[in-house]
Amino acid sequence: MSLVIRGLKKRLGGKPVLKGVDLEVREGETLVVLGRSGCGKTVLLKHIIGLMRPDEGEIWVDGRDITKLSFKELIEVRKQFGMVFQASALLDSMTVAENVGLGLRREKLSKDEIERRVSEALEMVGLEGWEEALPAELSGGMKKRVGLARAIVTRPKFLLYDEPTAGLDPVMARSIDRLIAELRERIFSTSVIVTHDIISAFSVCDRLAFLHEGRIRFLGYPEEARCSEDPVLREFFSGGIIPWREGAFGRG
Amino acid sequence: MGPLGHIGTYVIKFFEHMGRFGTLVLQTARALTDFPTYAHPTLKQMVRIGVESLPIVLVTSTFTGMVSSLQTFYQLKSAMVPVHTMVGSAVEKMIFLELAPSLTALVLAGRVGATIAAELGTMRVTEQIDALETLAFNPVAYLVVPRVLAGMVMFPILTIFSMTVGVVGAWVVSVCSGISSADFLYGMRLFFKPWDVYYGIIKSVFFGLSIVSVGCYEGFFAKGGAEGVGRATTKAVVVACLLILMWNYILALILL
Repeated sequence: MSLVIRGLKKRLGGKPVLKGVDLEVREGETLVVLGRSGCGKTVLLKHIIGLMRPDEGEIWVDGRDITKLSFKELIEVRKQFGMVFQASALLDSMTVAENVGLGLRREKLSKDEIERRVSEALEMVGLEGWEEALPAELSGGMKKRVGLARAIVTRPKFLLYDEPTAGLDPVMARSIDRLIAELRERIFSTSVIVTHDIISAFSVCDRLAFLHEGRIRFLGYPEEARCSEDPVLREFFSGGIIPWREGAFGRG
Repeated sequence: MGPLGHIGTYVIKFFEHMGRFGTLVLQTARALTDFPTYAHPTLKQMVRIGVESLPIVLVTSTFTGMVSSLQTFYQLKSAMVPVHTMVGSAVEKMIFLELAPSLTALVLAGRVGATIAAELGTMRVTEQIDALETLAFNPVAYLVVPRVLAGMVMFPILTIFSMTVGVVGAWVVSVCSGISSADFLYGMRLFFKPWDVYYGIIKSVFFGLSIVSVGCYEGFFAKGGAEGVGRATTKAVVVACLLILMWNYILALILL
């Protein structure tokens, strides 16, 4: 296992958000964490990359428990990660190229090499020619793509996606799904995607986890999720845009 | 909750702020070793905090110098003392010891402190600071250190600029009021001590540090969307102004 979470607990504002999350992410897989809004999906993701410290529990990344690391050691571990934020989180004072190239500044690369890698990443997300634009000049979908390019430009071992299709129209959301699937083929990262978009989840995942009331209630393959008799999981699926029926979701 | 409960909550909140502020100060000191991260942003901040503040300091200081000259002339004239040389002396003391450092700081608490808090606060609530962390940047080295260093360097420079402009303003008005240039300059030299300038500069370092550190603190830990950013900005300005007044008294007590 390249990413293992054990007994993760976190309270925010005095209320328990994560009540003991156990999760294992296999090398090279795309694991989608589904759950209702406000169930703690983003909190879980922020723990994985060390943006939040847990109250209890362990997070093992390549054999190192990152909850025990100093800030300096954590920065080194983060170099293996790329993260796509829900609202893109582009630095609005920087151009698209500067945003995408930000992570490369930490590596000792020549200016030409940085430019080449930035162009390559922007080409991967279909935004070639937008290097000099400012985030304020981009649409929501384009911002997501720039966020994706920024996350993949360092060729990270782990890719984390926080609600990658949130706030997008269905056509743009599916185009982001296709992009995520394409990127998986090209950069071979281990990916964790948190979302409540069921269609997106089934179209990109290798395995699914369902986070409910601070714990992982289901972990398995999409086929198993479809056949699950768990009333909470079934209720969540039937609450989606498409009514529950056999084979309604995604591939397989 | 009774009155004691409210007082207790405020006390706890105060110590929470102190603890978090102390941690940020320590992180800032530690981040000073990360030179490649803050070198370029520091130059950028020196331009934003220093160069871009010149017009407002110019206007404030010119008018302050002019008014101080007029008021000194008015007061001494009514006291029926020989005013011609005394105007220069009084204006020099007022501007160097008090008006240039304090007024510059109060004006810049609004301009610089509010800008820093709003900028960092927006970055915090839109997850831009988190994004920097995920890109393996130390956000304190990238965002806080440049502003603190730029503030420490540029505030004394702005204060020296303010002293110069203030004196020129006062001199022009004095000459227009009938005091000869020679009398004004003689008066300035009469009681001038280099310490007056040093004292003003020392004050400006404390004022500058207060403004940028409070701005950084309020912005860096802002929460709660647009409303939170607004609250952080207001607090940054109010707390910085209070600190300026407090330091002003303490430094006068210790150094004069």
